[in-house]
Amino acid sequence: MSELTITLLRLGYLVLLWAFVFAAIGVLRADIYGTRVVQRRLRSTTKEEPQYGRRATDTPATPVPVPVPVPGQPAVPRRLVVTSGPLRGTTVPLGSAAILIGRAPSCTLVLDDDYSSQRHARLYSEAGQWYLEDLGSTNGTFIGRDRVTEPTPVGPGTQLRVGQSTLELQR
Amino acid sequence: MATVAPQRTRPGRGTELALLVPALAVGIGAYALVGLGTAGELPPGLLGFAAGLTALAVGVHLVLRWRAPFADPVLLPTAVAINGLGLAMIRRIDVAYAARDRVTDFAGRQMGWTALGMVLAVAVIVLLRDHRTLRRYTYTAMVIGLVLLVLPLVPGLGTEINGARIWIQVFGGSFQPAELAKIVLAIFFAGYLVTNRDTLALAGPKVLGLQLPRLRDLGPILLAWAVALLVLVGERDLGTSLLFFGLFVAMLYLATERLSWVVIGLVLFAGGAALAASTFGHVAARFEAWLHAFDNDVFNASPGGSGQLVRGLFGLASGGLFGTGLGQGRPDLVPFAESDFIVASVGEELGLTGLLAILVCYLILTERGLRTAIGVRDGFGKLLAGGLAFTIAFQSFVVVGGVTRLIPLTGLTMPFLAYGGSSLISNWIVVALLLRISDHARRPADLAPPSNQGSSADDQLTERITVRAPDAPGGAR
Repeated sequence: MSELTITLLRLGYLVLLWAFVFAAIGVLRADIYGTRVVQRRLRSTTKEEPQYGRRATDTPATPVPVPVPVPGQPAVPRRLVVTSGPLRGTTVPLGSAAILIGRAPSCTLVLDDDYSSQRHARLYSEAGQWYLEDLGSTNGTFIGRDRVTEPTPVGPGTQLRVGQSTLELQR
Repeated sequence: MATVAPQRTRPGRGTELALLVPALAVGIGAYALVGLGTAGELPPGLLGFAAGLTALAVGVHLVLRWRAPFADPVLLPTAVAINGLGLAMIRRIDVAYAARDRVTDFAGRQMGWTALGMVLAVAVIVLLRDHRTLRRYTYTAMVIGLVLLVLPLVPGLGTEINGARIWIQVFGGSFQPAELAKIVLAIFFAGYLVTNRDTLALAGPKVLGLQLPRLRDLGPILLAWAVALLVLVGERDLGTSLLFFGLFVAMLYLATERLSWVVIGLVLFAGGAALAASTFGHVAARFEAWLHAFDNDVFNASPGGSGQLVRGLFGLASGGLFGTGLGQGRPDLVPFAESDFIVASVGEELGLTGLLAILVCYLILTERGLRTAIGVRDGFGKLLAGGLAFTIAFQSFVVVGGVTRLIPLTGLTMPFLAYGGSSLISNWIVVALLLRISDHARRPADLAPPSNQGSSADDQLTERITVRAPDAPGGAR
């Protein structure tokens, strides 16, 4: 084999090596820019969403329109939505199992919030009805203005407050 | 505060298959070029090599399609590319040794280890459905990790090779238990730190603008330091000790976000290293070979001289920008060209251009690991992925730094590239764990309507976590 062929193969291999590297980086590039970072404050001013800390006694203005319950059919919530607070926009699907809310990593909904307790509150369903129970949290769990002291039934659209977050059951 | 708007992620299996083509070409091309460069013809085992590597890579790919459809698409091709190139390079060194009447079959054995490593990776992906299962074994992992770490010190079991006591003799072969220990310890650190990070992040005295942790929380880091020093003294291996301590400090930083832990760790290690260098001859010799490598006396010193290091540097220099070409350099002039100094061998034959491409591959592996840590939604997974990604980066840094005389030479191996069964197997397990965690990280979080394919699996997943949540460790506080 001639010297020239060997040299060409040698340089060709380096090109191949870098071609692979750039192909991999191309995939990463799409991956890195695939995540969109949104400034929260900006969004809340442009989109007239409920202000943080709004009381449930005010007119129920929720970011997502709550569907009107169909008469004759019990309103079964399908998901739990965080409507304000550090985790705003997070949804947790509701199945039959209970949902644990708190700061502990083992919770279903892990709140990164200094005002919430490790195991703060629990949502569970009994006979198709969801109940909210406070697990002895330091700062309390609220439905509207009222502190939850015993398991309280909650329906879709009720504003639940845990630490700095407001949660809502949605259908 | 910023929020991350979720977007539809593609599973990425098609991308992975597409990337596997150039990745396999890198390995197989290198193997062919080694034959052309040394004998002037295609090597006889080329077809078998190509078929074997392709079958293994495609096999792992198919298992990912089956069991982890959302896993990261870049990890597997990158690992396959580096591994294939490493195999070709080791074959090339075998040929060079044969020309000097030293019959070795490093490449053949390494191919066996590659197959075993990839089969074990498949086993991890298939058997481990959810990485959070590992959290249950936090303290079991601690015991296993520490036992593995000190196993070479057991008389009769551990053997001393080239001054370092990091091997054990089992089943007629030697094995480096520290390589497996790094995975097990990463699991332990992740489980331990995710439970205790709140305490360790508490603020203590402020010194020179640096928020130090409370003094009473220094216990764990001092314990890790003591074990690292024990390894350094007992096994005479700077690399394992550095990896163990570095992993702990890095994961502590990941868990607490406190820079002061890194500073404390660096100060402790610098102190320990200085102490070891002044007390133990072998550590002092390493420092001497690093600082005065080109000194005639140091170069010629029989044990612990800088001859190997300097020959490696000469190899890198003769490679230049574009390398001598595969099969046309003299990598065999450096002792341990197939394991400790494979970076110098690759640098000689592929030049700076090729070596940088390989370093970028390690960068990609690490980046994907850290990206997985950012994306995954549970603290344990974050810490584990971050820690495993750190081991890849740290090992590469320590090895390349040692070979290029940036830091003292240590006994760590270059992941996927260097000859060594324990290292190759444990790195494939690391990649398998990262793939498993990235599958969780990239799986869409919001459950779309039931018509969506991924949602049913997700539903079960959420269901399972919820059921297990109350009795999970660390849950009750």
